[in-house]
Amino acid sequence: MANDREVLREIWDGKLPICFQLDQEEIMEIQQPDPFYVMVPRLSYFPLVTDKMKRHFLRYISQENADNEMWIDYNGQPLKWHYPIGFLYDLYCGHDPQLPWTLTIHFSKFPEDVLLHCPNKDVVEAHYMCTVKEADVLKHRGQVMSTMQKKDHNQLWLGLQNDKFDQFWAINRRLMESHGDNEGFKHIPIRIYTDDGSYSQKLVNPKNADGSRKILQQMLQELYPDKPDVKLRTHGIEIPTDTPLQWLSEHMSYPDNFLHLCVC
Amino acid sequence: MSEEKASDDNQSDLSAATENLKIEAEPKDSGDQGKTDKVKIDILLKATGNAPIMKKKKWAVDAEKPIGWIMEFVKKYLKLEPDERLFLYVNQTFAPSPDQIVKNLYDCFGTDGKLVLHYCKTQAWG
Repeated sequence: MANDREVLREIWDGKLPICFQLDQEEIMEIQQPDPFYVMVPRLSYFPLVTDKMKRHFLRYISQENADNEMWIDYNGQPLKWHYPIGFLYDLYCGHDPQLPWTLTIHFSKFPEDVLLHCPNKDVVEAHYMCTVKEADVLKHRGQVMSTMQKKDHNQLWLGLQNDKFDQFWAINRRLMESHGDNEGFKHIPIRIYTDDGSYSQKLVNPKNADGSRKILQQMLQELYPDKPDVKLRTHGIEIPTDTPLQWLSEHMSYPDNFLHLCVC
Repeated sequence: MSEEKASDDNQSDLSAATENLKIEAEPKDSGDQGKTDKVKIDILLKATGNAPIMKKKKWAVDAEKPIGWIMEFVKKYLKLEPDERLFLYVNQTFAPSPDQIVKNLYDCFGTDGKLVLHYCKTQAWG
């Protein structure tokens, strides 16, 4: 069970300063729009925090593009809205931190082959719930999510959407419990990403064959036997390699219940 | 359990099949001619709810293909209208993200050497 509450709180409170700029080619007014600065929760998703920013830029673009779906890029790299913001920063900026994070806004030329469409926030919620379910299948054969009521699912989502730690964790703690005689999850929901944003997801057991707690180093040896020096980053820090996987999963997972780790 | 009987000759290469669909060519036996050395993963497509059943259920798919690509294939195969929706589920539990690749799902949720995907035209499991 997740019980290092201070760690949970610290991660929940993580924020990123972001400077949004409108793509130069899209500016139709003589007067240049000011950049839009905002502090956003690392654990959130872009569509949940960009309403105000979108309104700010709308009046500077061609009216025929005003109903188009907005999308965001960093340095020419389109950002996937269904990944947590802090994770995207770690992935593309983790090796060379720059704050505020300067991102470019577009209302045309939607990169169909890279990004999924996000017509509204319900799509974000659906995607989020699916990911939590997938994580629960790995951890508890899906039993926790399937025995929860709809209102519990809602509370989980609303807690995240409205940045309410207590509301969120009142439900999420049930997803972080171990079941039966097991001390720990069946498997650890974990995705390991390389620079290009592609990831590998494998069945990872929180214990070694002899029943001892598996630590990060041991998992890395199994996954990358010929690469002795793999380092992983999440929430802006490099994870100490002696961290037990079960603890890592309970405390450093994103709200979607997955560990999203970037290879440094 | 009839799907289990699907033998190798009953199995087609999905990428070749979509090309056939695209160009409206007659189906040909282009299954395992080894024109690529890419890793293939066996998937089993099962209908749920009101979705039409696919004549051929077992397909070999390039391991790096995303789920969204398989969804498009099934929609074409079933000749669904462009605005009709299709949902794919793993373990009859969750809908994987369209950009998730087949390999990752197979590694985590594959059973008996294949990945079972249920499809339907309305949301089945949340």
